[in-house]
Amino acid sequence: MDTFLIGLAAATLRVATPLIFGTLGELFCERAGILNLGIEGTMLFGAFVGFAAAGATGSLWLGLLAAILAGMLSGLLMGFLSVRLGVNQHVSGLGITLLLTGLSYFSYRLISGEKALQPTITPFDPIRLFGNLPVLGPIFEQYLLTYLAILLVPLAWLVLFRTNFGLKMRAVGENPEAADAAGVNVYHTRYLALAIGGGLMATGGAFLSLAQMGTFTFGFINGRGWVCIALIIFGNWEPFRLLGGALLFGLVFALQLRLQSTGLQLPYEVFLALPYLVTILVLAIAGRNTAAPSAMLKPYRRE
Amino acid sequence: MLRFKIEKAPAPVWFRTLIPFIAIVVTFIVTSVFIIWAKANPFTAYYYFLIAPLSNPVSAIEVLVKGTPLLLTGAAVTFAFASGYYNIGAEGQLLAGAIAAAGLGMVLGPLPALLNIPIMLIGGFAAGMLWALIPALLKVKLAVDEVVTTLLMNTIILFFISWLLNGYWRDPVSHQPQSATIAPSTVFPKLVVHSRLHLGFIVAVLVIIIIYFVIKRTALGLQMRSVGLGKDAARFAGVKVGTTMLIAALVSGGIAGLAGVGEVAGIHFHLISQISPGYGYTGIIAATLGGLNPLGVGLAALFIGLIDTGAQTVSSAMSIPIYLGNVVEATLLLVTLSMFVLQNYRIKRV
Repeated sequence: MDTFLIGLAAATLRVATPLIFGTLGELFCERAGILNLGIEGTMLFGAFVGFAAAGATGSLWLGLLAAILAGMLSGLLMGFLSVRLGVNQHVSGLGITLLLTGLSYFSYRLISGEKALQPTITPFDPIRLFGNLPVLGPIFEQYLLTYLAILLVPLAWLVLFRTNFGLKMRAVGENPEAADAAGVNVYHTRYLALAIGGGLMATGGAFLSLAQMGTFTFGFINGRGWVCIALIIFGNWEPFRLLGGALLFGLVFALQLRLQSTGLQLPYEVFLALPYLVTILVLAIAGRNTAAPSAMLKPYRRE
Repeated sequence: MLRFKIEKAPAPVWFRTLIPFIAIVVTFIVTSVFIIWAKANPFTAYYYFLIAPLSNPVSAIEVLVKGTPLLLTGAAVTFAFASGYYNIGAEGQLLAGAIAAAGLGMVLGPLPALLNIPIMLIGGFAAGMLWALIPALLKVKLAVDEVVTTLLMNTIILFFISWLLNGYWRDPVSHQPQSATIAPSTVFPKLVVHSRLHLGFIVAVLVIIIIYFVIKRTALGLQMRSVGLGKDAARFAGVKVGTTMLIAALVSGGIAGLAGVGEVAGIHFHLISQISPGYGYTGIIAATLGGLNPLGVGLAALFIGLIDTGAQTVSSAMSIPIYLGNVVEATLLLVTLSMFVLQNYRIKRV
């Protein structure tokens, strides 16, 4: 296999990593009945908190831990608004994105000051899973978080479809009244799902600052959260299909980057817009037959 | 452990009008944490935030300048939300209007301004409607959730703008990716000399007044509100739910398009990809804070214009990061939302 394809495959995995974390996080929220539009802000907040905490403590792992905790807090805030108070999920999610975006930039500016020199950290090193084997060696020279993301896919499937907690989560996402009648605590289950989801989203953001880029800048997430919202629909709320969607998006993105650098005069924007257009097309075709959890967007109140 | 539950108990009507004001106070208390973190005095900061911008005419006019696009995106969001159509796409529809204005501004040169300005407005309105069309049709015909589709359309149009500005429309004179400057006869006249306040402000105020009458006083407005309250009941009462929603969605897109026209023809005079720092999303804040009442939304939009201007004053006077403005606005949104829910409920200890 030539270097072009090897590079392409490696880049696909790299680009897909934050999307895998993000979509799995969103999956937990939506399966429990909450559309969490806070994802874009939560990913950015995770990237920032991870970066700042790693810079302050000198430990990338503590940075990652702080990012996860920050993401869980974001999930709990979404829970307070949409689960406890029953506020409109669209607007509260968007509000969380606006809040965490503003907060990340505010704090970043406060910490870094007006210095011309950007603060940097030494990011995670990639790990060669297959040593110096041809083809597989260079493709699987990825960050630990990438391998973790891929491992999380079957794990999320197991949790969702093979555990009691997963059953509860799907029950409150499909029919909270029935779940409640069967003795499931709808509020707690949704809170927990949102906290897990937020933690995963933030990890996706922290992958960018702690591994791939080793820095934090403005416009860092750049719509990746919205891509995840689209991928969920594209992947029909199934973990393995989500992985497929994320890899496909990663491939298209990596391909356009490489075609751009070869100097070919291609409108690369078409490639970038493609996943969004395809998602709208999927929505149009699938229409109301999508497997969206039935109770999504509906607040639940115990009378 | 302290446990509480929420039970239904509607608050009196007078309380509803007070909510945005209480929300503003709560927001400022909450956000003073960040000001203290920035080692500044919250009271001084809020002086620069809210009072200093209004204390001299130059920055007071700037509040109206910053409020102009927000009046329009706030109106756009209100018009859609009133009929239960959650248009999150005001941002993209604004950009569509901006593209139309930049395009028309490049070709309309020879015509007189008296003719050009209405053409610019109509063109921007039409472009906004066009960008709102696909999500609206999908919602009405196929019951596809409009939130996700309008959100996706916001991103798609950014790629379209990037394609335009890196290709056909790229101004060869400029180092930045931007379109050529629009013809002088398509530039909005200034309302106050040596300021940035332009005709778009009057357009925005008119739009607010018009949608107030449409929503409150016309048959269409009544139909929209009944659909917003409940589709099944509206259908039972003989309202054409699909048509009503479609009209609301398209007009909403058109109004957002006008905001883009104003930014091109009144402020920037060419198209750049960062022409909107999220005015479409901030419009949702204005609509929520104004309780979806157009007049309230107008006041809320101007108030957010004040916060935007104040954030600059605070930033330059006390070197607190300018993003404090975004934090305050988002907090205000979440606090207002929560309080509007709580007005119908009572928190009770159990």
